[in-house]
Amino acid sequence: MEAKILQANLLELIRRTSAELPDDVKRGIRKGLRKEKKESSGQYALQVINDNIIMAKDKSQPLCQDTGAIICYADLPAWCDEKTFRKAYERAVVKATKVGYLRQNSVDSITGENSGTNLGPGNPTFHFHPAKGKSLTVKMMLKGGGSENMSAQYSLPDNRIGAGRDLEGVRKCLLDAVLNAQGKGCGPGILGVCIGGDRGSGYVAAKETLFRLLDDKNEDKRLAKMEKQVMAEANTLNIGPMGFGGATTLLGVKITHRNRVPASFFVSIAYMCWAFRRNGFQMGEGGKISRWLYES
Amino acid sequence: MLLEAPFTEEKIRALKVGDKVEISGLIFTGRDAVHKYLHDGGKPPVDLKDSIIYHCGPVVVKEKGKWVVKAAGPTTSIREEPYQGPLMEQFGIRAVIGKGGMGAKTLEYCQKVGAVYFHAIGGAAQVLAERVIDVPDVHLAEKFGAPEAIWEFQVDRFPVVVTMDSHGNSLHEQVLADSSKRLKKILD
Repeated sequence: MEAKILQANLLELIRRTSAELPDDVKRGIRKGLRKEKKESSGQYALQVINDNIIMAKDKSQPLCQDTGAIICYADLPAWCDEKTFRKAYERAVVKATKVGYLRQNSVDSITGENSGTNLGPGNPTFHFHPAKGKSLTVKMMLKGGGSENMSAQYSLPDNRIGAGRDLEGVRKCLLDAVLNAQGKGCGPGILGVCIGGDRGSGYVAAKETLFRLLDDKNEDKRLAKMEKQVMAEANTLNIGPMGFGGATTLLGVKITHRNRVPASFFVSIAYMCWAFRRNGFQMGEGGKISRWLYES
Repeated sequence: MLLEAPFTEEKIRALKVGDKVEISGLIFTGRDAVHKYLHDGGKPPVDLKDSIIYHCGPVVVKEKGKWVVKAAGPTTSIREEPYQGPLMEQFGIRAVIGKGGMGAKTLEYCQKVGAVYFHAIGGAAQVLAERVIDVPDVHLAEKFGAPEAIWEFQVDRFPVVVTMDSHGNSLHEQVLADSSKRLKKILD
């Protein structure tokens, strides 16, 4: 494999992720647009959002100026080791920042200094797994700060909201998180949820489940039911796009679960904004991209 | 409706929650660093009388010697809650543009001094950048870095919604109260 080709493919992945929304998200926003009352502020917000999606793609520029935290998942086949991949991805990130696909978004937490390159301790975040087949699969997500600030973790039982250690308690957590977020996480939002795990693994799994398609169905029937129910209930709260009021408060709910220790019961909720930027591809050893994962 | 500079108290007092407004004229960006700086006694490098402050950390690049705005959506306003009201009063700031709304203190000052909160559509960086037709100048860029600087934006029909007015109304308070009531009903 040629590192240069990999790097060019990764740069294109970053460009697409920053400037173009996946088809499933666009479908969700258009559906919301049809649901909102004519002339309402909610409909107006979705109209501007829809115009913005079209314009960003046409101009090949960031959908949102907060190009977010860069989260990368790679399933590595035998022909691509971790070191090679990391180097190619980091180079692509530096280039993407230079040409404006990404904002300078990596700040030293001690000094407040911006690295200017989007590289720094923990930036970007990598998750590596061995590939099952011969292709390299890369997925990435850009998660903005406004939405991340609305993410929440509950420890059950939670007396404040009357949530016990069962699925009913989980439901209460999810609806509480939606209520607290109001429009502040740039809704309509998407909830990535993990029931269980520890505080760290729960949040990681909650984010990871956002890679699922918005219109897919959870294989676990109990969770599928809860996803549908919470989405329907949240959309009757009249929080609406940007918190202006309206029928589109959430575009999706995705739930996964992890085992926990007996003493802990965490519910971790990753709140994602409407500018739900995720994409990915599969690539063969020759460097050819065989498939873009979120494009039909 | 169209709101054109100068942004006088009379024009601002006429606005009500829910109004969809298009702003034309000169506005200034200012976010965390600028608010703290002014609050701590820093001298404003521009005249803020009857001004509009935009909570925004834009992506701006120089092309052929001119500043061009590449992305300019709003940032979360609530971080400026401790500073906003007093700064409105001290400098005659007539309005702020941001996202997510602000709290009771800012609402109180809006009433007192005749100011409003405009909500821009969060994340709509391209639609909003398109309405910035000129960038005459930038201030405090060396001190605070480009995203935190005061950028002068000449805007043309910049689209916002009034979500807090000078009559004590806040759409954010209304939606929070209504949605809390609805959730209680679902869970009962």
